[in-house]
Parts: sequence; C-alpha cells; structure tokens
Amino acid sequence: METIARLFRDNIRQYGMVLALLLIGGFFQIMTGGILLNPLNVTNLVLQNSYILILAIGMLLVIVAFQIDLSVGSIAAFIGALSGVMMVTLALPFWLSMIVILIFGAILGSWQAYWIAYVRIPAFIVTLAGQLLFRGLTYVTLQGQSIGPFPAEFQLISSGFLPDFFGGQGIHITTVLLGIVASIAIIWSEFSKRAALKKYGFERLSMTLTILKLIVLVGSLNAFTLVLAAYKGIPNVLILLTALILVYTFIANKTIAGRHIYALGGNEKAAGLSGVKTKKVLFWVFVNMGVLSALSGMVFAARLNAATPKAGVGFELDAIAACFIGGASVSGGIGTIFGAMVGAMVMGVLNNGMSLMGVGIDWQQAIKGLVLLFAVAFDVFSKSKG
Amino acid sequence: MSATILEMKNITKVFPGVIALDQVNIRVAQGEIHALVGENGAGKSTLMKVLSGVYPHGTYTGDILFQGTPCEFKDIRSSEDLGIVIIHQELALSPHLSISENIFLGNEQARFGVIDWNKTTELTRGLLAKVGLSELPNTKISSIGVGKQQLVEIAKALSKQVKLLILDEPTAALNDNDSENLLQLLLELKRQGITSILISHKLNETAKVADSITILRDGKTIETLDVKKDSVTEDRIIKGMVGRDMTHRFPERTPQIGEVMFEVKNWNVFHPEYEGRQIIFDANLNVRKGEVVGLAGLMGAGRTEFAMSVFGRAYGKHITGTIIKNGKELKLHNVAQAIDAGIAYSTEDRKQLGLILIDDIQHNTTLAALRKVSNGVVVNENQEIIEAEQLRKSMNTKCSSLKQKTVNLSVGNQQKVVLSKWIFSGPDLLILDEPTRGIDVGAKYEIYTIINRLASEGKSVLLISSELPEILGLCDRIYVVSEGRFTGQLSRAEATQEKVMKLMLQGKGN
Repeated sequence: METIARLFRDNIRQYGMVLALLLIGGFFQIMTGGILLNPLNVTNLVLQNSYILILAIGMLLVIVAFQIDLSVGSIAAFIGALSGVMMVTLALPFWLSMIVILIFGAILGSWQAYWIAYVRIPAFIVTLAGQLLFRGLTYVTLQGQSIGPFPAEFQLISSGFLPDFFGGQGIHITTVLLGIVASIAIIWSEFSKRAALKKYGFERLSMTLTILKLIVLVGSLNAFTLVLAAYKGIPNVLILLTALILVYTFIANKTIAGRHIYALGGNEKAAGLSGVKTKKVLFWVFVNMGVLSALSGMVFAARLNAATPKAGVGFELDAIAACFIGGASVSGGIGTIFGAMVGAMVMGVLNNGMSLMGVGIDWQQAIKGLVLLFAVAFDVFSKSKG
Repeated sequence: MSATILEMKNITKVFPGVIALDQVNIRVAQGEIHALVGENGAGKSTLMKVLSGVYPHGTYTGDILFQGTPCEFKDIRSSEDLGIVIIHQELALSPHLSISENIFLGNEQARFGVIDWNKTTELTRGLLAKVGLSELPNTKISSIGVGKQQLVEIAKALSKQVKLLILDEPTAALNDNDSENLLQLLLELKRQGITSILISHKLNETAKVADSITILRDGKTIETLDVKKDSVTEDRIIKGMVGRDMTHRFPERTPQIGEVMFEVKNWNVFHPEYEGRQIIFDANLNVRKGEVVGLAGLMGAGRTEFAMSVFGRAYGKHITGTIIKNGKELKLHNVAQAIDAGIAYSTEDRKQLGLILIDDIQHNTTLAALRKVSNGVVVNENQEIIEAEQLRKSMNTKCSSLKQKTVNLSVGNQQKVVLSKWIFSGPDLLILDEPTRGIDVGAKYEIYTIINRLASEGKSVLLISSELPEILGLCDRIYVVSEGRFTGQLSRAEATQEKVMKLMLQGKGN
C-alpha cells in the first residue's frame, strides 16, 4: 500500500491529469448520452486534435528548455499556404512538395532559433514577431484567397485510414490485430525491463503492481483499438502521431540530447558549466519546433483540403496550454511528452464534449481558460505541499 | 571617554549547522569611526545584518542598545527610523533612475501621493553639496562612476537623518583617488557628529581613519584596539585576525608529487561586460601530478575568475595566455573542450552554478560526462545507475535514493554530488572552488579526505579557499592572489598564516 501511495505522490501531476481526463470523458459520455465514445466520434477526436498534438510534442521540448513559441500557428498557416502553392498552383508531386516543405519548416525554425540562441533575444519577442511575420507572409502568399483542393494522396494524410488486409465486415480486423500486437510488445518490454532491473539489483515495482499496471494499460489500449475498429479502423494520422510520440519520448528520456534539454531548462548556467553546449541545444530545439509546425500545418491543410489565410489561429495557445495542463513546469526543466499528450486530449475532449452538448464557442473558451488556470494552480499547490 | 552610541552584547546567531556569531560584543562610542576587521567568514557582515534588522529580532540572541535604549528591530525600516543606515558592498542603486530619484527612493517627498519634484531637487542639491558632488540631481546613476555612486549612497543615508552609518567594504571597488575622497568625507562627517562603522580589508586605510578597531575571528570578538592608546600596526591587526588555534583537523597525506602536469602562462583576463577592466594580470601557475595546490586570496581578488577563465573560457573576455598540459599546449574555447581535455571545475556557487536542483542525484552525477554511459547518442540507464551508485557510496552521500532531487539534500551532500559529477568526468586536474563553504565540520573532514584521495590517485588538485587553515592544512604549495595579480608562491614548509595574509593584502595600497 505504501508503494502505491508513494507511486501516486511522486507522479501526482501525471496520474492526476489522466484521472481528470477519465473524469471529463465519463462526464461527457453521460451528458451526451453515449455519443462521446461512439466509434465515429472517437475517430473524430483523433482527427480533430492531431495537429495540436503534433505541435504539443515540439512545444513540450521548448517549454522544458524554459522557452516559449508563439509563432507555431502562423508557421503552420504559412506552410499550408506553401503546400497549396506547390501542390495545387504549381502541381508539383505531393511527396516532393512535402519534403521541400519540411525542410522549409526547418529553415523557418532556424531563423527564429538564431535570434533566440545566438543573439539572445527573448523567445517571447522573437516568436511574437514570428507570429506577425509568418501570418503576414501567409496573406501575401495566398493573396487573401483559399487554395484547394489538394491532390487525393495528400488528403489521405488526414482523412485516410489504414486499409484492412483481412477484409473484415463491420469490424476492422487489422486494427484489432495491431492492438493485440502492441499489447504483446508492451508486456514484453515491461518484463524485459523488470529482468534488467533484477539483474542489476535495482529497486523495482512489485509483481502485483506491475500486472495491475499492465492490465490497465493493455485494457485501455485494446478498448481504444476496438472502438476504432468498429468505425473505419486506424486513421493514417494516428500512425504518424504514434510514431512521433514514441520517437520523441525516446529522445527525451534516453538520449544525451534529451538530457541536455532538460538540464538546460533546469539550470542553464549549471548546464553550461557542465559542458552542455547550451546555445546549440537551444538552437536545435527551435529548429525542431519549426519542422513539427510544418508537419502540423500540412496535416491541417490536408484535413481542411484547402490552404486558407486564417488557418492555425490560436494553435500556439492550445499547444502551450496542453503542455502546462500535462504537468510541464512554468520554470522549465520538467515535463513529459506523455503529459503534454494527455493535456492536449483534456482540451480536445472538453471542446468536443461541449460542442456535442451544444455549448457555444464563447463558453467553451471561458471554461478552457479556467481548466488551464486550475491545472497549473493544482501543480503549484501540490508542490508547496510536497 | 565619550558616550556610547551603540552597544551589542552577547550576540549569538546560529545558521543550520554553523554558529556564525558566538557571544559577540562590540561597543561604539559617539562620534567615532569604528573599524570592524576580520577574515572572510569571520562574521562581520552577519553582525551588521543583525544590527540593521536584516536578521530580525528573535532570530538571534543577545541585546542591542542604541543610545542607551534596548532595540528589537523587525526589519531594515525599523533600524533606519532610528538613524542606523547600512551601505552594502553591492550598491543598492537603481541604474536607470536619476540621482535625486535614487536618494529619495522609498522616502519620496510627496503630498497626498504626488511627488514634489522641486522640493526633491532642492533637497538633493543640499545633500550632494555635503558629500562633495557637483553632479546635477537629475543625472542618471548609470552615467556616473562607482566612486561617485558610493557618495550618492552616503547622501541617501544623510537624507534619512543618519546617526550611525555602516559601510561594508566601501572602497573595495574604488581606485586610490576615489578611496581617498571617501575617507576624507568620513572624517568630515565625523566632525559633524556622525558615527560610522567601517568594514574593510584595506588595513592601511583602516589604521588611518579609525579611532578604534574591533577584530572578529570565527564568529567571536577577539579584541578591540584603541588606535590612539595602543600602538596599532598592520602586523598587529593581522596577528589578531589570524592568530587562532588550529581547531580543524586535517587528514594526513604523504605527498607523492610527480612531473609538472598542468601549466598556465601569462594569463590575462578582462571583465566580460565592462570594456577595458582587467581582472587577471599576467598570471603564471603550475600544478604537478599528485599535488594539491592552494589558491589563496580575499574575496574579489580574482581567484574564481582565474579558474573559470582557464576552464574553457567560462568567464571573461579578451583572454590571452597559454595553457599547457603534459607538455602540450591546449586550445580551449568552451567548457566541453575543457572537460574533454581532463579539466574539471567545481564551482563555489553550488545552487546557482553547480547543480540542476530540480533534478535527481543520478542525472546530476552523470551530466558532465554522459558520453561515458552511452553509445554516443543513447544513454544506457542501467550502466548510469551503477556508476552513479558507486560514486554515491564512495563519497558517502546520504540520501533516500539516487532518484532524490538534489534540492532536498543538505549542503554537505549537495557538495558531494557536485564532486561526484566531476570525478565521474575523469579529470586529471580538479579545480575546487570553495569546496567546504557553508558546510559543517564533519562533512568538511569528509571532503578533505576526498581531496587527499584524489591526490594520492595521481590527480592534480587546485584548491581555492577563503579559509586559511584549510589552505595551510591541505596544500603542498600555495599561490596567493591579490587584486588580480599573483603576489607570491609559498611551499608548505614556509607558509604561515601571517605570510599568506600579508601577500593577500599586498597591492591593497600597501
């Protein structure tokens, strides 16, 4: 019991937010008479939030490095506009356009990264300027018009689904199988981790707790895939997202680069005196943000099937809010990708649930604002207690 | 004897693990200049903070009598109300405000919340005249030099109807001319009946202006000298400052000293912000294999600046000079290169510069050399835990687990984590900057043992410390720095506290 209590105390913010997500989900499930979790709506939830989730991954690293990026929405819009010009107006092949655009995202990111990391202008100023600059360039590029429709292959990023290789009727068999394969992978990795811990004689979770944890994890994963399978299966964008989450979690937790980002955000001077090349790390964090903004912009353009000048307005705030709701520290050095994803989903479910209930956009905004405030207040409160 | 303006009786102030002031007594006569001298950490600043209410009544024991009445100050404001004003070493002026705005900051000449600028300007003129400044009252603080800023501070004190003026190292940042001006002003204020307490390292000026001198050492009052009666010489003061018993004990070590391993030649460093201000002048130093070399000097002498500039140019601008390791010249442009070259610098400021406080012991231990527990990209956490645990054991760091955040450790254990980090980086030369500052006696001994062990393993150690006994007890050779210049080098055999202290004060107008 004591271990459970400690486990909970040490991770109160993370578990707290998962718990909050479940509660919010349960609340809307009841209030909407079961619409929230019906297969179509769950699929919609993924599709609606995918571009914010992608931004939140990059933003988490930015916030962990004790910075901020206000320009991601404008960059996403500008990138959407460029996609429109390249694929629709110039009719270039979609794959070539995508590669060029990702590189272009890196260039936009490094433009801002240069001012922030090497000229030492506060990120707030540089990216506020970027917000205006790239929004303006979007209008210039599109000349106030929308461009569309995009090539069918490009649209598939956001509207396509993984084909069912087994031709299931009414249920998407590949999706169910993928859920099972992922479950086996999770169980295998958990036990091999335990084996390693045992080999080195390190402290580890008790067997009962491990099994409990796995049941919850595997259970919810399969429930999720089953619900998706009841509609059209796994959306393409979910595969992209899963890959991004896995890769970035790995980078954040397991690589030297990840450690350096956390060290930089935790105490820049101490990190510098420990040989961390702080400017370089900062630079690459913003380049990465540029690339992910570009990706997000393309996903959004593909979903809308048009490049519009108003795309991405307010995305930066949703991404930032997601990170803080998900437990990232306002003073840098603390935060997880998983937390940011949960935070983004809290916002997503709130949006979706309130829309289903017919709550107007005005109240939605107000309630989201309060959720952000209370989530961070909870963090401050639990820290002063601990 | 004239009347007593201030008497502090049996003042004791305890910080966790350290007794900063131990039954200190001081008596200041009306209208005199009373000097307070002592080594770094002797308790001078603490005593003055008790007097001015920075440490409020109740956080110390003992009595303060000001003009015969007992005082219980709860903050700086309440001591200022009685006319006790302290001017700190780091000036508390706002650089973007004008002289008059600064003088009346927090004491604005206002009616119903609206500032009367004419009155402010007029009063400022009068005050500036008193301290001998001809600047206009609306001159910006940032546009006048440090010496004049010091005078503005005094004018500010005068505006508060000061009766007892406390100056903490007022001349430390001043050149000879400005210092002389300031001392003349103190004498002038004395003629007007203002009593001053002067904290200074510059013994010559102390001897020149002070009427009596109180010496503090290890948080105790040693003696009060009457300058007129006793024949006070600088040597006499130094003897009082250092003449303590060796209360700390140092672990034994048989030095096994090898070849010269590390050399710094003709090292010059300039201040990173103030253009043209030189911090280190033509420094030369060498350290042999297995040798513990001390770097002694007063605070602000340039020891830390020297060490950090050597450590991959982590401090300073326009750095010139050569670094030679094992006969080969090193070109170090950043900290990462310095670490790769086998140099480690453990900072004096553990919390700001040494540790990621919000992170755990494990991550802090490996931060400087993550490459050693990785394949170059991915960190092998299992190996990392093993290495960190091994160091934790050998350093005897007390913690609940490796996952404990360093912010929750005691200062002694924090220092051990910092040392672990640098030992883990596998250096040949360890520069330890004030490794025992703020640490209790028991943990100090452990740190000394670690230093000795490093030396016996053939590593070279450069030890920076403000505690002379520590330098004398641990080092095989001692360099002394004063005002950015290396003023001498003493072997273990020839070094005494008096000799080192003399070299430390050299150039301070001596």
